[in-house]
Amino acid sequence: MADAVNIPDEAETRAKWSNFAFSKEYKARADMYIGRYPAGRQQSAVMALLDLAQRQVGEETHTQGWLPVPVIEYVASYLGMPYMRTYEVATFYTMYNLAPVGRYHVQVCGTTPCMLRGSDDILAACKSRGLVKGATTPDGMFTLNEVECMGNCASAPMVQINDDNYEDLDHGSMTAILKDLAEGKQPKIGTQLPGRHTVEPYGGATTLHAMVDKNHDYRGEY
Amino acid sequence: MLADKDRIFTNLYGYQDFALKAAQARGDWDKTADLMKVGQDAIIEEVKASGLRGRGGAGFPTGMKWSFMPKTPTPERPNFLVINADESEPGSCKDREIIRHDPHKLIEGALIAGFAMRARAAYIYIRGEYIFEAKILEKAVAEAYSAGLLGKNAAKSGYDFDVFVHRGAGAYICGEETAMIESLEGKKGQPRLKPPFPAGAGLYGCPTTVNNVESIAVVPTILRRGAAWFKSFGRENNHGTKLFQISGHVEKPCVVEEEMGIPFRELIEKHCGGIRGGWDNLLAVIPGGSSVPLVPAAMMMDVPMDFDGCKAVGSGLGTAAVIVMDKSTDIVRAISRLSYFYKHESCGQCTPCREGTGWMWRVMEKMRTGNAEIGDIDTLYDVTKQVEGHTICALGDAAAWPIQGLIKHFRPEMERRINEAKGDNMLEAAE
Repeated sequence: MADAVNIPDEAETRAKWSNFAFSKEYKARADMYIGRYPAGRQQSAVMALLDLAQRQVGEETHTQGWLPVPVIEYVASYLGMPYMRTYEVATFYTMYNLAPVGRYHVQVCGTTPCMLRGSDDILAACKSRGLVKGATTPDGMFTLNEVECMGNCASAPMVQINDDNYEDLDHGSMTAILKDLAEGKQPKIGTQLPGRHTVEPYGGATTLHAMVDKNHDYRGEY
Repeated sequence: MLADKDRIFTNLYGYQDFALKAAQARGDWDKTADLMKVGQDAIIEEVKASGLRGRGGAGFPTGMKWSFMPKTPTPERPNFLVINADESEPGSCKDREIIRHDPHKLIEGALIAGFAMRARAAYIYIRGEYIFEAKILEKAVAEAYSAGLLGKNAAKSGYDFDVFVHRGAGAYICGEETAMIESLEGKKGQPRLKPPFPAGAGLYGCPTTVNNVESIAVVPTILRRGAAWFKSFGRENNHGTKLFQISGHVEKPCVVEEEMGIPFRELIEKHCGGIRGGWDNLLAVIPGGSSVPLVPAAMMMDVPMDFDGCKAVGSGLGTAAVIVMDKSTDIVRAISRLSYFYKHESCGQCTPCREGTGWMWRVMEKMRTGNAEIGDIDTLYDVTKQVEGHTICALGDAAAWPIQGLIKHFRPEMERRINEAKGDNMLEAAE
């Protein structure tokens, strides 16, 4: 199982977050998610609502967001669930941050397919910019974590920073991405290899050439 | 090589738009109601006849799975289709391409499959980390609703059907079907004991079938082109086309749709530009994602890439996530990193897995540095055997098999490290 994080001092977080409530926009989205499940099954929406809550906390703190205990309690009461059932969900899934994170949550994939393609170099690039695994930089800009397979194996190594994936990295491109983010610029999302589109073989697809320039309909060739 | 006209996922690389209009121009949603007109049982028979086996790893015949669903569901206890898009197996990255580049194949497949198994609705459970992909999928579903392809009288078929997207939040175990159902119900994703099987009591206690994204997304094309067309590819019991995902030490890692049973060497030569450093530099291959045992180079070269071909060399096709390792690989570290993955992803429910995965990883780390005794290799093997088969779900097995594969094929390397470390220590002692 994943290691447990230190949950911040409750009195302090309680003072800060006890009045948390979904904003109008987030409330509309929360109710939309609840509507996807049969009547009486609103508990199914707990994952979506925790995600929304984390995002709203993120907007209010200019970080990726996290889930202070009073916010989890708010989601529980919103869904009419026991707090403990909600807390179980928040601690079980890795995408819920139980402690504050920085502006950018740098999640480097370190599982074997990325490791084979050089994820060590990516972590080294993070380290040389002062990022430490499991910690936030003193300026609050970056939190670094090594995560498990993110499903971008054909464009490895990769990093997910907040909502965006950066793929086909090396030491240089990772350094450039961190530099851009620190300077408030948006780096190119997706593959960093010049000329590669997505997951076709680098240098040009070996199949489906007709699709490259136009939306080809193959049905005439059956 | 498979001809482009016989590829199902023509927008695999996303050169063209994913949206409805472009998808329709490629042939999706073309007279879907006519495909459904033949009736539920005829669709199931056609899928059975095509030889389609589940693309999520286990390879269970898809049509047969559908036939387990009750034929007369009641409004109080409807049937559900759950589509497994929780793609988290290290090496696997095919469902992501389907969802972000060809989502309408999946949504149309959901309607047809849902109709065939008399389901009221489909839930697509997409892994939480696929944030961008989930946005695309939500857009595509919304498009299908506004075009009348989903909802009441879906695609003018006379059948009412809904498709809902459910995002996960980062748990590999939710790819296990009963854990996925638990998670859909808003709980921790801990697998359930079977029986009852989901087809008897699944989501909200209702009959449920869980299918992989690829299994569902190929169905509309199979019905349009006929079971015989799909069956014409591949060997007996291993029919059809398949998305292969090649990662690791090849010149050009990629995702590509190929005929089932394509020889490993041909797959790598044609699409991946060969092994980095040439074929002599190949050390080992994990042919089906992290959960299957590795296969040494010499055994792998001419293996037909299908369920039975990989099984014959003591491994499995899994999700066809081919992880290639050349001779520069620290093979013990590569497997030890997988052990760490399973330690991290164990849900903690069964003791052999919760304790065993952590134990196996710690011993694997000792093996990596050689800080162990020769006898520890046998102890490690014994422990993998005590975890395997003694847990509710297959995660325990999946954690055990890579280590068993390593010991089976690379025991001399493990012993060499131990001896080397001992030799170094003795020299130090002598000094």
